[in-house]
Amino acid sequence: MSKIVKTITSLVSLPIIVFGLYIISHGHLTPGGGFAGGAIIATFITLLAVAFGKEITGRNLSKQLLLLSESLGILTFIILGFFGLSSTFFYNFLANSGEIFGRTILFGLNPGYINSGGMIPLMNLAVGLEVFSALSLIILLMSKEND
Amino acid sequence: MIKKITIIILFIFLLAAVLSLHPFGRPIFTKMDDYFIQNGQKETGSNNIVSSVVFDYRGLDTLGEASILFAAATGVFIIFRSRKKYV
Repeated sequence: MSKIVKTITSLVSLPIIVFGLYIISHGHLTPGGGFAGGAIIATFITLLAVAFGKEITGRNLSKQLLLLSESLGILTFIILGFFGLSSTFFYNFLANSGEIFGRTILFGLNPGYINSGGMIPLMNLAVGLEVFSALSLIILLMSKEND
Repeated sequence: MIKKITIIILFIFLLAAVLSLHPFGRPIFTKMDDYFIQNGQKETGSNNIVSSVVFDYRGLDTLGEASILFAAATGVFIIFRSRKKYV
């Protein structure tokens, strides 16, 4: 692609990653979550593949690594589900426990604390990693080679 | 001619179906919705009710969703692999 596209891509790539990470990590406070945030970060990989070509992007980000992180994400999700097996599968045992990610919140309007929500932020992180890797892998594999 | 009449009759039926829809925002069975709205924030500690439903109350659904995406990515990886390098 032309020099303008490459410059704009380098300029805009960091805000895209930061916004995606914000959507993932604040999934229990604001609209969004793991699926939306992972898709947003995957658009960054798409932008790289469009601007700099599939060859350069694939050389720096190997497909084996993407497959590994995808498997790691879904495995973390299932293992987090098994942690709550003392009562049921996917039981939220961390919520309102007072420990990490277990802060009790007021009912109704509140400022929104990042360490509330129990298992929900951790599951958001796992699903975000999985969705990002899966979508990037599909896009990198199915994109056509260009100059 | 018959085609036109068929299309007009179909259109009338579709219009009648749209007009007889239930009004938006007034659900019939509200027991579960009321439960989520009243107790979702208290029980899960998350401000986002949608997130608390997706990742807590209906966590098994999300597991299925994530495994569908995993299976799709693995299938694409298998189909589009290059034969020379096995990458």
